[in-house]
Amino acid sequence: MQTHQSSAHALSHSDHGTPLRATVIWAVLIAATIVTWSVGESGTTGPAIVGLLFSIAFGKGALIILDYMALRRAPLMWPLLALGWMTLVCALIGIAYWKGLAA
Amino acid sequence: MNTCVQTLVSPPPSLRAVPSDGPARRLPGDLAIWFFILAELLAFGAFFIAYAFARANNVELFNEQQLALDRNAGAINTILLLTSSYFVVRAVQAAEASQGRRAAMWIAGGIACGAGFIVVKLFEYAAKFEAGVSLSSSTFHMFYLVLTFFHFMHVILGLVILAALWNNARRGRYGPGSMNGIETGAAYWHMVDLVWLILFPLVYVMR
Repeated sequence: MQTHQSSAHALSHSDHGTPLRATVIWAVLIAATIVTWSVGESGTTGPAIVGLLFSIAFGKGALIILDYMALRRAPLMWPLLALGWMTLVCALIGIAYWKGLAA
Repeated sequence: MNTCVQTLVSPPPSLRAVPSDGPARRLPGDLAIWFFILAELLAFGAFFIAYAFARANNVELFNEQQLALDRNAGAINTILLLTSSYFVVRAVQAAEASQGRRAAMWIAGGIACGAGFIVVKLFEYAAKFEAGVSLSSSTFHMFYLVLTFFHFMHVILGLVILAALWNNARRGRYGPGSMNGIETGAAYWHMVDLVWLILFPLVYVMR
């Protein structure tokens, strides 16, 4: 009984979300991966496609950072640093892609 | 008097600032692992940006040689890592709910998916080496091998960490009051997943 109560207490203040939330996020991540793979298989190219690819990558990364890494409830500096890293890397890849188009 | 001074230096929990929407913000796991993760993210980020700008100077070569990559293997490996991360999240949730044995079972699932990643990657490398690909065969291949092998080594280290977590979980060492170890290991494993989420579209798909 005591164990049950402590479990309920732990879950009610969980930083790690619920099993249902984790499962829904997993399904979204897999669906997004299939979209990325389909784009690669279709052979379509161009700035809009690359924009889509890295928007998907950013969205997936944000879910991992905020939910799976449990930074949603961490001191603000940490999710901002991780999301800032994603933003910077995706933006610089986009700039490099534009540079390649112009070359 | 002493109590008053103590209260000013370290107010009782009831007076500490907490977000209005719930309990105080908390960084899961060990602080040191988060600095390590930041350093890893910076290293991977530098590699990704170097790849993108090297590609910008040689778009035709990169596009042509990228076509020979096995996108199916890349996608399967993405799914394996995401599923592994999901299993590890479920393990942390199980430990938090005092279900140590169930946590060990979820971690074992995470290890199986991580091992699957290694197997798929080894087959991919074997096919590439058979086709004559090497570090010196082209700029694209150099980046492809260095980037993916750097990540591959992180997966192996992550698997060692997961094996330690599994061993501790099945001995009942994690619970609501002792989450530091499992949260620390889980954070590292999710970082390995996170960088692959950029690597896959960048190296295997973007053209």
